[in-house]
Amino acid sequence: MSDPQITLYRLQACPFCERVVRTLNELDVEYRSRYVEPMHSERNVVKRVSGARSVPAIVDRETGVTMSESANIVEYLKGTYGDAATDGGRAVDAEGGA
Amino acid sequence: MVDFDVVSLPETDHVAEGDTAPDFTRPLVNGEYWEDRALADVVDGPTLLLFHPMDGAFQGTYLYNTVDDHGWSDDVDALGVSISTPYAHKRLLAERADGVRIFSDPSAAVIEEYGLAHEIDGMTGITESRPAVFLLDSDRTVEHAWVASEHPEFPDAEAIDDAVADLVD
Repeated sequence: MSDPQITLYRLQACPFCERVVRTLNELDVEYRSRYVEPMHSERNVVKRVSGARSVPAIVDRETGVTMSESANIVEYLKGTYGDAATDGGRAVDAEGGA
Repeated sequence: MVDFDVVSLPETDHVAEGDTAPDFTRPLVNGEYWEDRALADVVDGPTLLLFHPMDGAFQGTYLYNTVDDHGWSDDVDALGVSISTPYAHKRLLAERADGVRIFSDPSAAVIEEYGLAHEIDGMTGITESRPAVFLLDSDRTVEHAWVASEHPEFPDAEAIDDAVADLVD
């Protein structure tokens, strides 16, 4: 089994994390979930990979992008894996991104 | 030692030496996070697979103290399995079991598949695991197996030391 390209750091029942999951599913992007603890002090792994202890955070192994904040992540995912991006990338190139 | 009555556990058709350890996928917990992992993907060398009663029971505490005392997680990959939640595993790993990762199997389906299920009197609805130790080689063949036949019973640490040394050398 090859590892999915996206790793999602998430907290159980966190609405902002669910929002990112919904977007990943809509775009049919494979991901793996790494669950962390509610206590910020117990989220060193998230701080190490993303620079902050907030979740959701994603690591995209293909593009090398690491990102926090669900709004930013959703925008990134749509821009990278959405219709505009999968159209051979032409729409993105022509219009500077979705 | 004070005399006490040990309870014999019934015979069980458990995973034994020479078998291939059945594959399964469960959340695997380390000191920082947990994620679904398949045993087949995690095992890539000599591996000690340790089944134990729920976190907090003294058998698990003793078991991981033994793992730490003997430094098994330095020699092989050490993986635990219990019915406790990932949150409980994280608490356990904060205190002991250095370098160990623990699968969470609350349904006890993996425990049942390995032939280790154990009903505890007075804890209705909970299926427990007997303590059990399996030493696997890199293709999940069981090189050494120990399964508790009494309650409580602890593995023979020296036998595991020898089995680990044989497999690693």
